[in-house]
Amino acid sequence: MRTFPIGGVHPSDNKKWSKASAIEAMELPDVVVVPLAQHIGAPAVVKVAKGDKVKVGELIAEAGGFVSANIHAPISGTITAVDLQPNGQGLRQMAVTIKREGDEWLESIDRSEELVRDCSLEPAEIVARIKAAGIVGMGGATFPTHVKLSIPEGKRAEVLIINGVECEPYLTSDYRTMLERGEQLLVGVSILMKAISVDRAVVGVENNKPDAIEHLKALAKEYVGIEVKALKTMYPQGGEKQLIAALTGREVPPPPALPIDVGAVVCNASTAVAVYEAVQKNKPLVERVVTVTGASLAEPRNLLTRFGTPVESLIARCGGLPEGDVRILNGGPMMGRPMSNLASPVMKGCSGITILSGKDALRGEPSACIKCAKCVEACPMGLEPYLLQRYTVKKAWDEIERNDITSCIECGCCQFTCPANIALLDYVRLAKQTVMGIIRARNTKK
Amino acid sequence: MNTLIYTILILCAIGVGAALILYFVARAFHVEEDPRIDDVEKMLPGANCGGCGFAGCRAFAQAMVERDDISELYCAVGGGDCMKSVASYLGKVAAEKQPMTATVRCGGSCDKRPRTTTYAGTRSCAIASATYIGETNCAYGCLGYGDCVEACAFGAIRVNPETGLAEVDADKCTACGACVSACPKGIIELRKRWPKNRAIYVSCVSKDKGAVTMKACKAGCIGCGKCAKVCEFGAITVENNLAFIDSAKCRLCRKCVAECPTAAIKMIGLAPLPPKEKTENQ
Repeated sequence: MRTFPIGGVHPSDNKKWSKASAIEAMELPDVVVVPLAQHIGAPAVVKVAKGDKVKVGELIAEAGGFVSANIHAPISGTITAVDLQPNGQGLRQMAVTIKREGDEWLESIDRSEELVRDCSLEPAEIVARIKAAGIVGMGGATFPTHVKLSIPEGKRAEVLIINGVECEPYLTSDYRTMLERGEQLLVGVSILMKAISVDRAVVGVENNKPDAIEHLKALAKEYVGIEVKALKTMYPQGGEKQLIAALTGREVPPPPALPIDVGAVVCNASTAVAVYEAVQKNKPLVERVVTVTGASLAEPRNLLTRFGTPVESLIARCGGLPEGDVRILNGGPMMGRPMSNLASPVMKGCSGITILSGKDALRGEPSACIKCAKCVEACPMGLEPYLLQRYTVKKAWDEIERNDITSCIECGCCQFTCPANIALLDYVRLAKQTVMGIIRARNTKK
Repeated sequence: MNTLIYTILILCAIGVGAALILYFVARAFHVEEDPRIDDVEKMLPGANCGGCGFAGCRAFAQAMVERDDISELYCAVGGGDCMKSVASYLGKVAAEKQPMTATVRCGGSCDKRPRTTTYAGTRSCAIASATYIGETNCAYGCLGYGDCVEACAFGAIRVNPETGLAEVDADKCTACGACVSACPKGIIELRKRWPKNRAIYVSCVSKDKGAVTMKACKAGCIGCGKCAKVCEFGAITVENNLAFIDSAKCRLCRKCVAECPTAAIKMIGLAPLPPKEKTENQ
């Protein structure tokens, strides 16, 4: 069975907690806080003011550039504020606050469950609809989807890759989506194929989800050009470049090269479902499936949640916070960001809330690096994390840049594998942020 | 016996030959260096802190000797006396600068600023501030992991375990500025050094609105502007919900200290003003 060629680790997947619970709709919150920067790129520009009435699906903020995304009202009601609100890390970001009044959707949105398979739109129209719906990569990276689908001149897409890997431990939102919304997913895939004019699509799913593979394989027989491939379970297979390597054997060169340079366009499985809804049902991105999970959580669930819903209400729905010290992550344990503010809202990239308690919540005491090079072996990008850590301590940013820090995908394999408990990812993330800042400053000077 | 003599002779010959080669090579490649550079370097403190912007004291000495106009060069560690003696030796005019001292502008000690989370990551302010807001709800305050302590070459700064804040020992501080650039929150400022290390400064850098600041910390500046109103010297400005006392204009009159409702204005080495007696007709 295939997997990516270099590095990778094998953390225990811990999907058992939430994999059996079907997607349920989360109760509508009374107040939502919708941040304007829910995606990579420029923040959206707000289009509403305090006191305005909005319906579900109404545009409240417009993309602030090409690499940006529209944002729509996730509930109907009155705008009560457009101001700075703390995010999950406690830092203040511009956000629109809406107080709910009922649940009134825009009339143009088709809310029926009926499957619409045929799509007669031109590629440009499809991309325009996706852009209008504010769809971003829902695996966590939140890169605006319409940017991926706008193939630059002189380049050609050969294959569409659908990421159903969900390699991050604990999370099951994509898995449940593939099981319960397989038809919609495949229609979404055919729409995406049409948008980038390819006749082949591959859905990659790790073999720790055999039922999802079987289900999609059975459904895919009715669709032309869509192939479902099982992959050997290995973290971080859901990384764009790792998945391309695993499925096509092609290696994407270091930045600024993109997957399109090897003829591939990668979209997440949940994104494909969102594309189906946007194009066939005219429904903008206003909700997503969020896995709320953890070994000590009373009732782990997969909740279909409107954006802007406070994280604490999701945790309350799943039985509340467990006793004692806990670590709450926005995302999974490998790449998730620790949260300090539970009143912060669910955003487009929030695939799960993982609650670790007891000894899982704690980090080991770090000791000296013995240069065992386990991190080098584990790095899927072929970097040398121990070296980057030492350079970061010395603030040798030019050396770090020379060592290709910009290739780092922040997967955390190095930190996971380190026998000395050194928080390599902490250092590498800081170094990457700093070096990216230096590069940006240099480019603007030019 | 002969072997021994030949060995000694040959070794001596090689030694003399090598010495000759070295002598001529050294003459051919001799670099003319101003002897004054050595003298100036000896006059400098030799801390090699880099506070002047040069790689070390020798590079600074070289710049002092080579440049005609040295008004832009200043050694904060040596201070005015050192600069004067170097300038008179070189026959140039040195810049005159106020002696400065580093000031940590955060008063959010453990009792004033409640902890909301526990940080278990790497003990580094740079990493913690890249990760999240910090252990309290103030996004601007001192994190207390000691990046400034590590940056200080003079042992002048430490993190007080009781308050969780960085503290400067003004007697040891040379105002080299290493801590200023090490602090990811931009809390440390170089301020005018008064005799006996007296000082008045706003011990807060929070640009949040008053209500937000108050919620996070009892000692924060809420930007009410009362201090700016009483200042007779125009030293206080309030911008972005934050008061700032310009140390060049401040005369240590202490009026602002009494006005501040959150006691965010700190006073060092000064007695508080006696409470003003209010009369009816005032």
